[in-house]
Amino acid sequence: MLKHNLRKIDALQTITFERDPVPSPSRIADVFAARQKQQQMAFMPFLTAGDPDLAMTARLVEELSKAGADLIEIGFPYSDPIADGPVIQASYTRALGKKLQIPAIFSTLKPVAQKIKTPLVAMVSYAIIFRIGTLEFVRQAADAGFAGLIVPDLPGDEADEFQQLVTGSNMDLIQLIAPTTPPARSARILKNASGFVYCIAVAGTTGARAELAPQLADMLKTLRTQTKLPLAVGFGLSRPDQVEQLRGLADGAIVGSAIVKHLDELSADSGKADEVIRKLVQYAGSIAAAAHSSR
Amino acid sequence: MSNTAVKMGASSNVPDAQGRFGEFGRRFVPETLMHALEELTIEYASAKADPAFNQRLDELMQTFVGRPNPLYFAERLTELCGGAQIYFKREDLNHTGAHKINNTMGQALLTLRMGKKRVIAETGAGQHGVATATACARFGLPCVVYMGEEDIRRQKLNVFIMRTMGAEVRPVTSGSRTLRDAINEAMRDWMSSVEDTHYILGSVVGPHPFPMIVRDFQSVIGRESRQQCLDKVGRLPDEVIACVGGGSNSAGMFYPFVDDSGVQLTGVEAGGRGDKPGEHASTLTYGTKGVLHGSYSYVLQDPDGQTMDVHSISAGLDYPGVGPEHSYWRDSGRVNYVSVRDHQALETVSLVARTEGILPALESSHAIAYAMDCARKRDPDDIIVVCLSGRGDKDVNEVARLTGQDL
Repeated sequence: MLKHNLRKIDALQTITFERDPVPSPSRIADVFAARQKQQQMAFMPFLTAGDPDLAMTARLVEELSKAGADLIEIGFPYSDPIADGPVIQASYTRALGKKLQIPAIFSTLKPVAQKIKTPLVAMVSYAIIFRIGTLEFVRQAADAGFAGLIVPDLPGDEADEFQQLVTGSNMDLIQLIAPTTPPARSARILKNASGFVYCIAVAGTTGARAELAPQLADMLKTLRTQTKLPLAVGFGLSRPDQVEQLRGLADGAIVGSAIVKHLDELSADSGKADEVIRKLVQYAGSIAAAAHSSR
Repeated sequence: MSNTAVKMGASSNVPDAQGRFGEFGRRFVPETLMHALEELTIEYASAKADPAFNQRLDELMQTFVGRPNPLYFAERLTELCGGAQIYFKREDLNHTGAHKINNTMGQALLTLRMGKKRVIAETGAGQHGVATATACARFGLPCVVYMGEEDIRRQKLNVFIMRTMGAEVRPVTSGSRTLRDAINEAMRDWMSSVEDTHYILGSVVGPHPFPMIVRDFQSVIGRESRQQCLDKVGRLPDEVIACVGGGSNSAGMFYPFVDDSGVQLTGVEAGGRGDKPGEHASTLTYGTKGVLHGSYSYVLQDPDGQTMDVHSISAGLDYPGVGPEHSYWRDSGRVNYVSVRDHQALETVSLVARTEGILPALESSHAIAYAMDCARKRDPDDIIVVCLSGRGDKDVNEVARLTGQDL
C-alpha cells in the first residue's frame, strides 16, 4: 500500500512516510552491477545542457551512449554555480547567454532518453529546483526519463523531504561525499542514499587536476565499510591513466570539465558538428576503454 | 505620539540549531563546506560564551574601532523637515568609515581562535574589503579579497587602501563582475582552502551560521543606539530606519529592538531607476522565495531560478539577495521594507552635507531620504533613529560624475 502511494506523486505532500523496506529498482544500480560483474568500472561523462546548443547536446548524448558511456550526467546551467570551477562556469554562462530555459532541456532530451538505454542523471542546483517547485521539478525530470538527480548544493542534512519526492518517482537522489566529510557524517548521509555515491576526489571545485589526491584511496576504503552502494569518483579526472588508478578502489569514474573543455575547443576549431562529435567521442572512448578494461 | 501598531510576529530567539529564521536560512552549500560550517557553529558558540573573548572584542571596539560612536541629533535636518526629531547613529565615525569593521574584528578574532592561518573575503563597494584587510593587518593574517572587475574600476580608492593594508585584491571576471560574483569566487576559494582558511563573509547572508554571526557582531549598533536613546531622551525611539542591501547594518540595528513593541522598524532597499527587473535591487519588495549563496531567503530571480541582474547607484546595495532574517522579519510583519530611488539618495548626499556637515555614503543616504519623508509625516515629539552606516568619501567620484561636476 505504502509502495503504491509512493508512486503517486500527487499524493506525496500529504503522506507521512516510513522507510520503504524493499529498495525500488534503480536503473543506475543496475548499470553499476553489470560493470561490477565483469570487474569493470562504469564511465560517466558530463555534458552541459545547451552548450554549444541543445540540439548538439541531444546528439552527443546519443553518441556517447554508443561510445560506451554507462551513465550520462547532464549539467543544468545555473547563474551562480559555487561548486563549479572556471570551465563548467563558462559553459553555463555560454548556455544561459543563448537564453536557455529549463523546460527546453527536458523537452529536447526526452525523446533521446527513450531511445537509449544509458541512464541520464541531472546535475542541478537546488536554486533551480526550488524555484520551479520541488514537486514539479521532480515530475518533469521523471517524465523526461531521468534516472537520478545530483543536487550539489543540497547537502544530506537538508535532503530528507526532497529525497522522498525523488525516490517516490523511481529516481535516485545521488549523495556527494567530500574529502572534508568526517566519517561519522558520511555514515549519516549514506544511511538513506541510493543509486551510487558521488565521491569528490579533491577539496575544491570541479575541474581537471594533474594528479589524484593521495587521501582519495583512504576515503574510498572508509566509504566501502559504510555502504554497499557503488562508489563513483569525480572532480579532477581528465585522463585514462587517472581512471586506471581507480581500479580496485572505485566502481565508476566521472569526467566533466575535461569533456566540456574539449567540446568547447573542438567547437571553436571546426564549425562542422559531425567533426566535433567524432573527435569528442574519440576522446570519451579512450576514457571509457580505461574504465572498461578488465583486470 | 503617532504610534502605529507594530506587528510582533517575530521572535528574537532565532535561528534554531538548523539555522532557520522561521522558514528561512539553513544551509544550501556543497558538501565540501559542510564540515567547516559545523565547526564554525560550534567554535562561535564557545566564543560567544567565553568572557575573555568578549572582553578582548570590547576592548578592540573601544581602542581600535572607536566605539561607542555617538547618537547624534540632526537638528538642522529636523528643522528642515518640520516633523519628528531625527537622530543619526554615527557608524561613519568608526575606524575605516563604516559599520563593516564591527563584523570583521569579531570574525578575525574567531579566525585566530580556530587556529586558521589565512582569511578570504568578498567585497562590493570595498567597505567590507577594507574592514577585512584592516582587521587582518591588525592581527598579522594573510588576506585575499575577491572583488568584481567592474567594482574595482568604480572603487579605486578602496582598492588602494586594501593593498596598502597588505591584502591581495583578486579581480573577479565572471558573470556580472560585481558583489554577487565576488561571493561566488570567495566560496570557490574556500572549497579548496577550507582546512586552513576562514571566510569572513561581510553581510548577514550565506549559509548558517554566517547570518547569525554577522548579525550578532553588528548588533552593537542597535544595543548602543537603544541605550543612548534611553539615556538622552529617556525613552525608546518611535521608529528605527536603516538601509538594506545584504542587510548587515540594518540587522545589527534592528535586532536589539525586535522585542520592543513600541518601536517601528523600517528597512530601506535600493529602488534604483525604476520598478522593472534589472533596474533596482529591492529584493524584499519584488523578490520571490529562493536559494542563493547557500541560504533560503527572498531572491531576485527569473522563473527558472537564475539570478537576475540588479542595479543601484550604490555599490553596497547592489545585491540580488538579502539576509534570511530580513525575510523572516518581512513575512512576520515585524519590519516594514520600503525602497528609495537612485536620484533621491543622490540628492540626500548633498542635502545632508550642507545641512549637517556630514557626508553620508550613498547606501546610508537611502535610509536618510526615507527618514526625512517619514519625519515630515510624524509628530514633533516623535523620535526617529537612522543608521548612518558609512561615510561618503568612497562615493565622491561617482557623485561628481552623476552630478556633472569635476573632481
